[in-house]
Amino acid sequence: MKKELHLPVMIGLVAAATLFGRVLPTWTLSLATIAASNALIALGIVVLARTGNVSFGQGLFFAAGGYGVALIANAWGLTDAVAQVVIGAACGGLLGLVIGPLIARYSGIFFGMLTLALSMVFYGALVKSTALGGSDGFNVGRPSLFGMSFTDPREADFMLYAVSVIVTGFAGIAATILFKSEFGLASLAVRENNLRVEYLGISANRVISINFVIAAVFAGASGAFALMAQRHIDPQFAYWTTSGEFVFIAVLAGNQSVAAVFVASMALELVRSFSNLYLPNTWQLVLGVFLLGVILFLPGGIGSLWIGKRRKRSTLATKEPLAEKGAAP
Amino acid sequence: MNFFLTIVLDGLIQASWLFIVALGLTLVFGVLKILNIAHGSFYALGAYIAATAVTMVAARGLPPAVGFVAMLLSVALIASAVGLLLERGLLKMFYGRDEVVLLLVTYAVFLILEDVTKLIWGVNPIYATQPYELFGNLEFAGLYYVGYDLVLIPISAAIGFAIWFGLNRTVIGKIVLAVIHNEEMSVSMGVRVNRVYAIAFAFGVLLAALAGALSAPKISMQPGLSSDVIILSFAIVVIGGLGSVEGAAVGALLVGLARAASVHLMPQAELFMIYLIMAAVLMFRPEGLFKRETARRI
Repeated sequence: MKKELHLPVMIGLVAAATLFGRVLPTWTLSLATIAASNALIALGIVVLARTGNVSFGQGLFFAAGGYGVALIANAWGLTDAVAQVVIGAACGGLLGLVIGPLIARYSGIFFGMLTLALSMVFYGALVKSTALGGSDGFNVGRPSLFGMSFTDPREADFMLYAVSVIVTGFAGIAATILFKSEFGLASLAVRENNLRVEYLGISANRVISINFVIAAVFAGASGAFALMAQRHIDPQFAYWTTSGEFVFIAVLAGNQSVAAVFVASMALELVRSFSNLYLPNTWQLVLGVFLLGVILFLPGGIGSLWIGKRRKRSTLATKEPLAEKGAAP
Repeated sequence: MNFFLTIVLDGLIQASWLFIVALGLTLVFGVLKILNIAHGSFYALGAYIAATAVTMVAARGLPPAVGFVAMLLSVALIASAVGLLLERGLLKMFYGRDEVVLLLVTYAVFLILEDVTKLIWGVNPIYATQPYELFGNLEFAGLYYVGYDLVLIPISAAIGFAIWFGLNRTVIGKIVLAVIHNEEMSVSMGVRVNRVYAIAFAFGVLLAALAGALSAPKISMQPGLSSDVIILSFAIVVIGGLGSVEGAAVGALLVGLARAASVHLMPQAELFMIYLIMAAVLMFRPEGLFKRETARRI
């Protein structure tokens, strides 16, 4: 059931989404920037979740990317948006490269707890480090692009929107290709039964590690976006509730479709800003009910709304045997 | 020597309430296999209810001892009701799903409770200091301690012993242990596992809320309390081994002492220390210090 990739179509979609920002009102623009940035990190969680491991500590790489960019920006006066994203991704990726292989041996709840613990170690260190502003964090300057600086706030917002949509869009395309590749299918197999995968001659740990690094790269880049959007960074980036929100988006999206991640991220930002507007102080309540509803009624996430139907059709056509249910756990 | 004693006593005081919270968390995990992120919220709930009870009693002009009793009773009552309601009304619907899914369900409960407490008690700090003077001050090895703090140590030891005794020496406890070890077999032997689940969860909530109530006179209640507590109690149960009572005790002692030691010796390393211990334990003994390794199920 290998579906062909409509690469030009997808690139066209990204371009259309970027140009669409021209007609969006200013408040949606910054909202969409945050949504795109969150989608990027949630995409990383989905990539990793395909191996069956949910990271509750993506805030670690998010903060690593953010702090790395902020420090370099302040030390060397580097303000270029694209360069900042690359640096953020590199910081996240390097840290992921160190941690990934160590953590790949664990699974399920232990994996989640260990990632959470590491991000809280980082949080604890950041809060107490006076050189980095402690719990208040510090500010960074306005980003520029290819030597152009933007004084008009609307232009600056659009620039950030464009960069974030394009980067996230291409990350999405890369993830789609990855999901359909041999490696992506091996990742799914690791989730189903990692012992059988090992017997087939693939190292499950290696598969998890590589996916972990990919997730870390996405998280680092996302941290760079969050930094550019807020022009401020503080240890909250690494706190566990921040990571929880990203997991939330990933669950909302499900792990079957890349597009669903963007829809979920946008939905979350809209719910948040509307409940901020109409129900101040209760947006977490709305979020919680929303999350319960999704887990209860849409166990496969938003993506299952359209992917599920297509699967069913194709399984009917090829008469694939259904996965045996109720087998020994 | 005195300095060392200070650290040990401070650590014990910390460990006393941490142990009660962690006990609830580890019990719920043992029986229901749920890592309850909302556990910290129940702690906060208990603290807030206690504050309300104490202030109401104080407003009537009654002595603080009445306030102390009233706060424990009201918390016990409300917490067990909330626990039963949540288990029967909500968690039940998700049994049989992946453990990570259940983790997310409790995360949703955490989000909801976070705002519910804000709606009921507001965002400003609340205090309930009256019972704190109940036991006076004590001089101990040249240092002054608040009696209330020291009383917490035997209280938590008693609670720990009661749980251990209840689990290992009573029929109900044996049934609970049977469910922990093998749920399917227990069902086939005629154990009503649903009922055990409901009671265990309610009991876990009760323990968290009780710890909240006991520490309410010492702290200021404000938003963010729950997320700090859950992070500490996670560390404790993971260090000790999920689902183990002895582990929770040792974990609480380690975390309490580590906190006290870093506060006195190296204040900048407090949270860092605890999580470093937890990460180290997970690296070398992922099952925790006190859990026997189980055969891998395929």
